[in-house]
Amino acid sequence: MRKKEWIAMLLAGGQGSRLYTLTKNLAKPAVPFGGKYRIIDFPLSNCVNSGIDTVGVLTQYQPLVLNEYIGSGQPWDLDRQDGGVFVLPPYQKSSGSDWYTGTANAIYQNLPFIDRYDPEYVLILSGDHIYKMNYEKMLKFHKAKQADCTIAVLQVPMEEASRFGIMNAEEDGKVYEFEEKPENPKSNLASMGIYIFTWKKLRQYLEQDAATPGSANDFGKNIIPAMLASGERMYAYAFDGYWKDVGTIDSLWEANMDLLDPKVPLSLYDPDWKIYARNPALPPHYIAPEAHVQNAMVTEGCMIAGTVDFSVIFAGVTIEEGAVVRDSIVMPGSVIKKGAVVDYTIVAENAVIGENATIGARPEGMEDISGWGVTIIGGGVTVGTGVSIAPKAMVETDIAAEEVLVK
Amino acid sequence: MMKHTAMGIVFSNMHDSHLGSLTRERTTGSVPFGGRYRLVDFILSSMVNSGISDIGVIAKTNYQSLIGHLGNGREWDLARKLGGLTVLPPYSSGDNQGIYAGRLDALAGVSGYIRSNRAEYVVLADCDLIANLDFQKLIAFHEEKDAEITLAYRREKVCRAGNENLVVFDLNEDWRVGRVWLSPQTEQEQNIYLNVAVIKRELLEKIVEEAHSRNKRSFTKDILVEQSDTLRIYAYEVQDYVMRINHLQDYFDASMALLQPQVRQALFPAERPILTRVRDQVPAKYGLGAVVKNSLVADGCIIEGTVENSIIFRGAKIGRGAVIRDSIIMAGAVIGDGARLEFVVADREATIRDTRTLVGYKTYPLFIEKKSVI
Repeated sequence: MRKKEWIAMLLAGGQGSRLYTLTKNLAKPAVPFGGKYRIIDFPLSNCVNSGIDTVGVLTQYQPLVLNEYIGSGQPWDLDRQDGGVFVLPPYQKSSGSDWYTGTANAIYQNLPFIDRYDPEYVLILSGDHIYKMNYEKMLKFHKAKQADCTIAVLQVPMEEASRFGIMNAEEDGKVYEFEEKPENPKSNLASMGIYIFTWKKLRQYLEQDAATPGSANDFGKNIIPAMLASGERMYAYAFDGYWKDVGTIDSLWEANMDLLDPKVPLSLYDPDWKIYARNPALPPHYIAPEAHVQNAMVTEGCMIAGTVDFSVIFAGVTIEEGAVVRDSIVMPGSVIKKGAVVDYTIVAENAVIGENATIGARPEGMEDISGWGVTIIGGGVTVGTGVSIAPKAMVETDIAAEEVLVK
Repeated sequence: MMKHTAMGIVFSNMHDSHLGSLTRERTTGSVPFGGRYRLVDFILSSMVNSGISDIGVIAKTNYQSLIGHLGNGREWDLARKLGGLTVLPPYSSGDNQGIYAGRLDALAGVSGYIRSNRAEYVVLADCDLIANLDFQKLIAFHEEKDAEITLAYRREKVCRAGNENLVVFDLNEDWRVGRVWLSPQTEQEQNIYLNVAVIKRELLEKIVEEAHSRNKRSFTKDILVEQSDTLRIYAYEVQDYVMRINHLQDYFDASMALLQPQVRQALFPAERPILTRVRDQVPAKYGLGAVVKNSLVADGCIIEGTVENSIIFRGAKIGRGAVIRDSIIMAGAVIGDGARLEFVVADREATIRDTRTLVGYKTYPLFIEKKSVI
């Protein structure tokens, strides 16, 4: 095995419970995004574009879809003779077997994997953020600062800072304090969950953490504070591009809509920084004579005969004549039948919305806005003819015609 | 060692001379078609979908774009240790001049490749068909008739334009081929050969060897026309959707036929996909004020104008207020704001500047060459 300067470890085991039914059968990083991607395509493509050729993907929750999706790693150019992408689920050892108990434990259980490549540095990523970032620049920063750990940070509005892990740093970036969701934040440098560690140091702290009873085995809660307490060289690396945590229904919806907003600084058109994905072999999409499509993203394999406005339509979706889809996300293979109206909704994969059904509502049309929110139609669900689904409802099972779900 | 029943040989350059500017810098096989495909994709995918996984693509000239498109064949699942895709460019050695003059000549040039294969049958095909063919049916028919050569055909009216090198034949009641004609001077309905044939590999080797020693080069002229009475040649009528592209007008018509739902259903069934090279482009984006009707749009496009009855390839941009009707806009072409195009075929990366007007006619579409600026 050739020695690698650095490798990446991508934490993809999270259930993503705040995405509710969208992650019932698949892990959060496998959730479809942006018409033809899955969330994990962003960190994976960033890795490849940053010159990383070895990535371990740590999976635990509902790994089937993710395993199949990653496959040999070929779509990301990660099918390599030496290195490549590896899916790393928890495994049985002679001393017993454990689920990954925390983010740090997931890395700890894979020490032998990392040691095979004997890297100088290890990049730790999470699989639930949408952003484009050149990790190589961050590595240069890490080396220039002779850091033991570099944490990518983003300036967030001060009033939102208490929702994040906040790094308090000196002017040159040296971190002197880390506060997890502080009530009274001292700075607005939020951790993006992207770390570069000098491997020798991290290895030492992972072993120490594993031997500490009662530890949550978590990077944010345990490893970073322990390294700070011991006076290791910790630096904050400021990132100033688009970055969005898509861990909630609202943020997932917003991040998709951001792709339609020319003012949002996340271009997927940069030929030097492509976002790669596993693509199905589908013909171009067809827009019928009676269709109206504007302010929308539409992917190959779709058949659109209805109205689509401010929406993201994934591969192989059918929107029949007279159907209206506005401010919504329709994931692969779903069918919106004749006359159905879909507003502010995420329709998951392979769902069927029956004729003349009404899904969700526009906030401006509601008397009491407090109950309004994005509606979710779960994967594979069939909503019957004429059924009306209230805003913010979450539909996980089939609903026969004429039933009315008032939430 | 696994035994393959059939291998495929695809001629990528046949028909180049009939496609004008489309084949100026590329082979017939690499002519873009249908928004994201190239012509070779249809025959390759048909073979793959029919279980043929050992395919040689014969290239003659202008094959850079073809090789770039095919790569190692991975997208067609043809990157194999055993068999898979082999691109066969010309090479000269001794009495071989390199550039071949006919199919037999070309086959003589790749006889080593054919001989090294263990397949029982060889399926020969050109890149001029828009179809999703099931070659298993053709092979089954061939076996049933105990034929030496089986030709795929369709009963169609001969069109005067583009009948050069067209092969038609008589059939007896048992589908045995009788007399064969080349370039028939008629506009009647005929049995038209689709340039798809199945033949036993060993027989093909023998035919190629004999022809080579007698300096015979044309499969149609020297074998089909000359030897139709001595060889057991049968013909299989293809019932599936087929469009032949032997002329620029055919190209335009076959493209526009894709706008019919039944044609798309016939060509792109989910269980027999037409495979092509992946480009990793963003889904198509429709701007405010986009008006699109009856059109096919591929990934990577940015559409801000009006598009009707048209095919827009990957990564094309249609500017604000531009009006595109009955046209084919190939990959990476940029149509400026307020431009107006009717019956235009804009080749890859062509640029039509703001407010330009270009109008062709239904039976005479205007072809704009690759990378030209208007």
